Amino acid sequence: MTSPHKPELVCPAGTPASLRVAVDSGADAVYCGLQNATNARNFPGLNLTPYELEKSIEYAHLNGTKVLIALNTFPPAGQFSLWSDAVDLAHSLNADAIIVADIGVANYAKSKYPDLRLHLSVQAGAPSIEAIKFYTEEFDVKRVVLPRILTIPEIKSLKQEISCEIECFIFGNHGLMAEGRCSLTNYATGLSTNMDGVCSPANFVNYRVDADQSLHTELNGFTIDCFSCTQNPGYPTICKGRYHVAHREDSYYAFEEPLSLNLASLLPDLISAGVDAFKIEGRQRSKAYTQSVVSSWRKAIDTALDHGAINMDHLLSLTEGNKQTLGAYETKRWR
Amino acid sequence: MKILSRFFVDGYIHKAKLLKQLTRPIPLPLINYFLNFTLIKVVKKNSYLFNRLVGHHHKTFLIQITNLPFDLVLQPNPNSPHLYAKRKAVKFDADATISGSFLSLLGMIDGRFDGDALFFTRDLQIFGDTEAIVCLRNALDDMDKSLADEAASNFSPIGPYFLAMARRATKNNDIPS
Repeated sequence: MTSPHKPELVCPAGTPASLRVAVDSGADAVYCGLQNATNARNFPGLNLTPYELEKSIEYAHLNGTKVLIALNTFPPAGQFSLWSDAVDLAHSLNADAIIVADIGVANYAKSKYPDLRLHLSVQAGAPSIEAIKFYTEEFDVKRVVLPRILTIPEIKSLKQEISCEIECFIFGNHGLMAEGRCSLTNYATGLSTNMDGVCSPANFVNYRVDADQSLHTELNGFTIDCFSCTQNPGYPTICKGRYHVAHREDSYYAFEEPLSLNLASLLPDLISAGVDAFKIEGRQRSKAYTQSVVSSWRKAIDTALDHGAINMDHLLSLTEGNKQTLGAYETKRWR
Repeated sequence: MKILSRFFVDGYIHKAKLLKQLTRPIPLPLINYFLNFTLIKVVKKNSYLFNRLVGHHHKTFLIQITNLPFDLVLQPNPNSPHLYAKRKAVKFDADATISGSFLSLLGMIDGRFDGDALFFTRDLQIFGDTEAIVCLRNALDDMDKSLADEAASNFSPIGPYFLAMARRATKNNDIPS
């Protein structure tokens, strides 16, 4: 395997402390968000204030790490100023790029700050040459974060046809395959993942244990799953719930299973395919997760570039439900 | 001291009965003195932590330590924070409950264990006000220095010694890291 480039390792940070851990653990870039609806991890007590962001960017830049600001939600009518203010802030703080999904936000950033680098969020859901070309030509997008629906041969083929960099998720959440378009949380709670930035808002989540130690997870009164005492639970998201459906006797995972993406075994192939950046999901996770996952992937990427063997079995303990998948990267029939 | 060290390091700390027996004779006032002293020191140094708990300062958190004879109650009010131990038999109606073994909970506040991973293996359970718990988790996780380190350093040299033993014990056990 020969690789003309060294892919960037892009890591999550939900707090200033975890950002510093990501930087210290070998991240090439860290992505984070503000404490409002402008990003898709608008969770309680998470994310950074403008002051924290300023100090965090200073720390990252001092250590040679880039900071990417996630502004990857869709402004509802009449509320655009929250997003445009965030773009202004990102530019004033010398962020290395902003990650956008909405064409209005992209257009504002491109028009007002031609020097501000734009990345296209996975939330934009752009999997085709035509869609990506639209964003590169209209908004000068420099990098696209690919939806998790493409095989490696498809990624390789795509890379040869587009002018921008590509970024792929390699570890973490393996979400529903309609990113930026999912309305399941909205249906159950009235809040939107894509506009409010909250998938399964915590104030609607309830856990209950039965006498037999079965764990029930509920979202605003809807039962999402029930785990026996020998089963490992996952996140309380509707897309990863177990349901009764007409053609089956037992309840089953109708959309997705609670598990995580882990592409360690495909890393050399992804590098060969020309992927420019590898992204780790998990801004909502702890700094213990950040330290363990970032340092492991730093070592794995460096090892892969040196044609060494990669072993990432230890990361299984950090995966959702203690299960992992190669997802669509290996085959379209990943279930 | 060597025997005590071996007791922890060999993982016997997970044996609930033994740990409960070891800690049962400790009088609650002594534990509460330690907790109150620690809380005052930590809050003084890290007052910014309360910013991530806005809207939940008045909430009460019951921290059930499954293998100790007592639980903890926390109210993160910046003006008058409370942290105290109570016997398990004493009923308490908390807004939010966090339940786990001593080493699991210690590993979390020590910044070595990921709370979500503990939840996935059911080493950690949460009930009640999920949003308040998420905020508390995020607030504690924003500390650069380990909360366990800060607490232990207030009782040098015994505190750091026991913390080191507990860390070695968790390394020898199957808790996600």
